[in-house]
Amino acid sequence: MTAQAKSPKRQTGTTYHDELAAIREELDKCMKCGNCMAVCPVYGAEKVEPAVTRSKIAVAEAVLAGELELDDPQVYEMMFNCLVCKSCMTNCPTKVNFDRIMLALRAALVRKNGLPWLKKMIFSTLKHPTLFDTGMRLGAALQGLAFKSEADGRAISPRAPFARVGGAIGFDGERQMPALNATPLRDRVDEVVRVEGAVMKVAFFTGDSLNYFYPETGRDLIEVLTANKIEVHIPKAQSCCGVPVLVHGDVDTARALARKNIDTIEATGCAYLITGCGSCGGAWQHDYPELLAADPVYGPKAADWARRTCDISTFLTRIIALRPPTGRIERTVTYHDSCHLKKSMKVAAEPREILQSIPGLTFREMAAPDACCGSGGSYVLTHFETASTIGRKKAEDIERTQADTVSTGCPACMMQLLDNVHRVGGRQQVTHFISLLAESYRREKKDPDSGR
Amino acid sequence: MLEATVIEQLENLAGKENVLTGKVDLVAYSYDATADMPKQTPDVVVLPTSVEMVQEIVHLARRNKIAIYPRGAGTNLSGGAIPLKKGIVLSFQKMNRIVDIDPANLTAVVQPGVVIAALNAAVAPYGLIYPPDPGTVATATMGGSAAENSGGLRGLKYGVTKNYIMGMEVVLASGEKVRFGGKTVKNVTAYDFSNLFVGSEGTLGIITELTAKLIPAPKYRRTMMGVFKTLADAGNAVAGIIAAQVIPATLEIMDRMTIRTVEDFAHIGLPVDAEALLLIEVDGMAEEVVRAEAEAVMQVVRDMGGDLKTAETDQERDQLWTARRNALPALASLNNTVVLEDATVPRSRITDMLIACENIAQKYNLVLGTFGHAGDGNLHPTILCDKRDQDEISRVHKAVDEIFETALRFGGTLSGEHGIGMAKMKYLGDELGRPGLDLMRTIKQALDPDSILNPGKMVPLREN
Repeated sequence: MTAQAKSPKRQTGTTYHDELAAIREELDKCMKCGNCMAVCPVYGAEKVEPAVTRSKIAVAEAVLAGELELDDPQVYEMMFNCLVCKSCMTNCPTKVNFDRIMLALRAALVRKNGLPWLKKMIFSTLKHPTLFDTGMRLGAALQGLAFKSEADGRAISPRAPFARVGGAIGFDGERQMPALNATPLRDRVDEVVRVEGAVMKVAFFTGDSLNYFYPETGRDLIEVLTANKIEVHIPKAQSCCGVPVLVHGDVDTARALARKNIDTIEATGCAYLITGCGSCGGAWQHDYPELLAADPVYGPKAADWARRTCDISTFLTRIIALRPPTGRIERTVTYHDSCHLKKSMKVAAEPREILQSIPGLTFREMAAPDACCGSGGSYVLTHFETASTIGRKKAEDIERTQADTVSTGCPACMMQLLDNVHRVGGRQQVTHFISLLAESYRREKKDPDSGR
Repeated sequence: MLEATVIEQLENLAGKENVLTGKVDLVAYSYDATADMPKQTPDVVVLPTSVEMVQEIVHLARRNKIAIYPRGAGTNLSGGAIPLKKGIVLSFQKMNRIVDIDPANLTAVVQPGVVIAALNAAVAPYGLIYPPDPGTVATATMGGSAAENSGGLRGLKYGVTKNYIMGMEVVLASGEKVRFGGKTVKNVTAYDFSNLFVGSEGTLGIITELTAKLIPAPKYRRTMMGVFKTLADAGNAVAGIIAAQVIPATLEIMDRMTIRTVEDFAHIGLPVDAEALLLIEVDGMAEEVVRAEAEAVMQVVRDMGGDLKTAETDQERDQLWTARRNALPALASLNNTVVLEDATVPRSRITDMLIACENIAQKYNLVLGTFGHAGDGNLHPTILCDKRDQDEISRVHKAVDEIFETALRFGGTLSGEHGIGMAKMKYLGDELGRPGLDLMRTIKQALDPDSILNPGKMVPLREN
């Protein structure tokens, strides 16, 4: 039996999300060889052993052996000093599923001590989409108080008084981030976007980042699908994918979101579920089936949808045959592999194929394109210094390509790249690869002969 | 436990951010990559950033009789970095600067925390390489690999770490700093200190700077694989290649158990009825020479009844290497504990040693696969076992005893490249005899009279 074939315990009616001891098998696989040191971005930035995967495994072993307490503040700090980027897993000779170990530890901690009040407050709104939606809209309306608009696109940066207070978590005056949108994506588009002569219909799971921060990217994705004669369903009832709460150990909320999303997408009757975010797609492909493994109703559904979920680039190049774009885009573009897109969804060749199919576009690889950018969702807020060290290296690699555009397949990476490219003085525009394809299709209409 | 004042003094001289005392931090430095070893947390971890800091730490440790455990990346396979007697772990992860690259003299000067692959990346633009390539090149440090005298896949043709260290700066147990060797190819001034400290496993001094020898990167290479029906055929092929006056850069062997396990693990189309597999790579600066060498190797493989595969492209080369790359991961997937040995025999006894390992596995009812560097006689008998099965573990220990006994009987050595550390200390007398052990002790006591440097490793002191 190969190491990969080992699955979380199902027969007990629980998963590693419910029982810490279920990860013992994963811990046993670790030889402490230290290969994780070569790729762990946190270790790369901090250069101390407690930062790297194998030491976290040693600590998990000590917790299981009763030598360390799970809620010891030092254990807690170490447990959260991880981006859950899965880089270590790509370089692990014995294929330790370290993400499971990390999620199991965090879930066990929440079972023991409950969620800290702030996380509890924020996460509970996710279970009530209207409340969360209202909060995000309110944020969009009020962001002008704390942030000022930047000349470049829709980026914003903190105003002086807030920059002083926020410096410690990275909200200094230099910070650039996308503006929250007053009108989220799902309110801008119809629930079903039809196209004449449609050959197939698919559901688009937007996730929160495309919905609230990058609605234009979401619209580009829909436009690309319709340009390929695909009918797109974007049900308004869909919620957050659950990854942001799952990585904080809130298994209950994550499960509730998973079930609700499965119901919502199932109701569309579509054959495929399309994502434009590596974390959302990874949730559907891996986290949902694992979270719901012991659920007799939703377990099989989750497993089914895992097979039917694909990133937009995979759908365009592997499920259907992408209609070759002919609109010229005179740009030099490099591509950053989102960790969850490459290491969880195993998507790396497809976005590059799409970029290279665009006439006029010069594609240039950066050094270590699959090195983590340091975003890790909320990691960038809680561990700003390490995240910046990681992000700066990425931005320097981007700068060395002399590209004018850096593309990626994940909105969370886009946010981190936007900030870090700016910090090293880079001029690159940060974009989702799908927006470049959409732009090429749009140019065809403006200038029908452009690609010929 | 150390007194609080010692920690305070360490913080004063190294900076608070470079002194770790949290219990979680200490767990992180309680192990290295060696299986079946006791774990031990140190009292404190210090990450020096300069040689002066190292000297002050040694002075402090000496005054207070505190053990010092120098550590690179902690990837060694003999328990060399485990802080057996607590005390101070001196981690060089932050002294990782490449001080100088000198293409005219073919040298590089590095701090001990530089990762081997980082040095190779830095010298690549000059068309140069630093050849020693232990399996951990991407993580192991120059300091650690020099202290362990690590080998690698290219040992046969290019030698091992000791052949590439031209000079050093070392902090002695007295706290004094000495420098010796340097950028000159020839240097017979005084004793050959480099060869004393390389492979000393941190027991004689603390390496704080290294001058490494570089060579031009070979321009051409050819890769081949031979699959054999009997171990004897494979062994004869190894002998035949050397007899044909070809010194391959790589000449790797895998036994039947390893071949089958790799095939189950990676499904790459290896013949599971084969008894042995050789992976051979020849390289050099001249295309014709490399081609002629490759042809000579292919002829030998055919003559010995081997099934030959050759790589024409980088992609095909990568495919041939997949088998070897997967040897350890595949074997490791069989159970929760991997006891990886490195008993080494003269090249002419490779076949005998492989057969002996198979017999030992059978005798003690253990799962054992052997792969390794056939070209230099350095084999890796690898036992896969369950660390929670006491009976099995005791059989493993007996088997390991017998593997070493056999290697010595064949005129070999206890360790080809992993070092003695804690793991093989008890066998040392079997190879060196009492006078040899006494020589070890004499040297150790002369350089480290208070036994503060990596105590409990390599040198079996009488009071231990």
